[in-house]
Amino acid sequence: MTSESAVEIDKLVVQRGKRTVLHEVDARWDAGSITGLLGPSGGGKTTLLRAIVGVQRVASGRVQVLGRPAGTPDLRSRVGYLTQAPSVYADLTVRENARYFASIYDGVTRADADRAVSDVGLTGAADQMVGTLSGGQRSRASLACALLGDPELLILDEPTVGQDPVLREDLWQRFHELAAGGTTLVVSSHVMDEAGRCDRLVFLRDGAIVADDTPAAIRAATGTDDLEAAFLTLIRRAA
Amino acid sequence: MNPRILARTAVRVLRQLRHDRRTVAMIVLLPALLLALIYYVFDGRRVVFDTVGLTTLGVFPFVLMFLITSIAMLRERTSGTLERLLSTPMRKLDLLGGYAIAFGLVAVVQAAVLTAVGYGAFGLTIAGSVWLVVLVAVLDAVLGMALGLLCSAFARSEFQAVQFLPAVVFPQLFLCGLFAPRAEMAGWLHAISDVMPLTYAVEALQEIGRHPDPTGTMTRDIAIVAGAALAALALGAATLRRRTD
Repeated sequence: MTSESAVEIDKLVVQRGKRTVLHEVDARWDAGSITGLLGPSGGGKTTLLRAIVGVQRVASGRVQVLGRPAGTPDLRSRVGYLTQAPSVYADLTVRENARYFASIYDGVTRADADRAVSDVGLTGAADQMVGTLSGGQRSRASLACALLGDPELLILDEPTVGQDPVLREDLWQRFHELAAGGTTLVVSSHVMDEAGRCDRLVFLRDGAIVADDTPAAIRAATGTDDLEAAFLTLIRRAA
Repeated sequence: MNPRILARTAVRVLRQLRHDRRTVAMIVLLPALLLALIYYVFDGRRVVFDTVGLTTLGVFPFVLMFLITSIAMLRERTSGTLERLLSTPMRKLDLLGGYAIAFGLVAVVQAAVLTAVGYGAFGLTIAGSVWLVVLVAVLDAVLGMALGLLCSAFARSEFQAVQFLPAVVFPQLFLCGLFAPRAEMAGWLHAISDVMPLTYAVEALQEIGRHPDPTGTMTRDIAIVAGAALAALALGAATLRRRTD
């Protein structure tokens, strides 16, 4: 089943008021891979991720996730979603947050919740109130809650923003372990040095996909080893 | 509904409250202090206190729970936790039911303290059963909670949310018969008060105050308050949208 696409998007259009946020986006991403969604802020990254999760109102087009239309009720236990702003309760401890979100999924135990907290390096702060954590810690607390329930598809909106290099290394290692175990990850970032860690790169700009390929193919096509420079080249070509 | 998720949500809401001791103290003690204030305002006028004091046993839980819930739900919406919950297998009724159970339990404590103070310290005398008074107080709290939940859907900020208190709660207070008897109101005011749920809560309390045994009006009023609370909860559920712009 690994050859099957985990995410299939056809002619997806999203409008907010009179503004078109996504213009007929098409994409197919494989199961068990890490897709990096890159591009300037305001380019539509979060909107595209929300459409895959099924929480975005769409104007037209089709989004199939794990073979089902995005947002279908049975997908809710198979898709994990990390929002860009940490969405955890500030007036609960890290552990209480993780255990609460764990209780929503069948068969996810308190031990699983504690493991998710340790996966994001927060064991030492597990009994601290989320409201007293630093910004980086808070977003890791939110990430811990998104990892719960062994989702088949993990949508992570800027999971490493505000984290120090050592932690980013640890988190990426965890993402690769998950992908090796068959989980499909879609990770947005605006840090180009993370692009090289993905199996596939998607550059999104002004609501349209500028490039969608492996890092190696993008490097070859643009004749540069530096992905940031490659991105600039692609934008100039598109203009 | 999923009983496990429902129960865990109620526990989670209570945990959030437990971490906020000042709020807990205010929920439990503030109504009792306000009742004391009313007692001294009507000092010596036994009959008036028996009516007004009894009515406030239903009104305070309604007002406080309205406020607390509208802020708590607005926080769920603005912090992104609501969006997260709605992208999980959780059903809307699990979330709303969890809030209803948690705040309902808080209301029981609040009503018990308030009623105990009313009877014990201020010698409130009523003809009917004290348990019926507590029941109506708890129903009022759940009604306030359900309306607060519904109103939070129409507030984009906490500034707007707190202003729903004068907008939604004050008219019900003015017209429920606490300030002026409903029978003496102009026809159009009477008609408005007829469709306001708090009217029936106050009428039920007044019935309990006058009659040693349950009356038909009392039963009907209690059913109306419970029905209004359920209706507001259902409308609140409709305002929770899984897909948004």
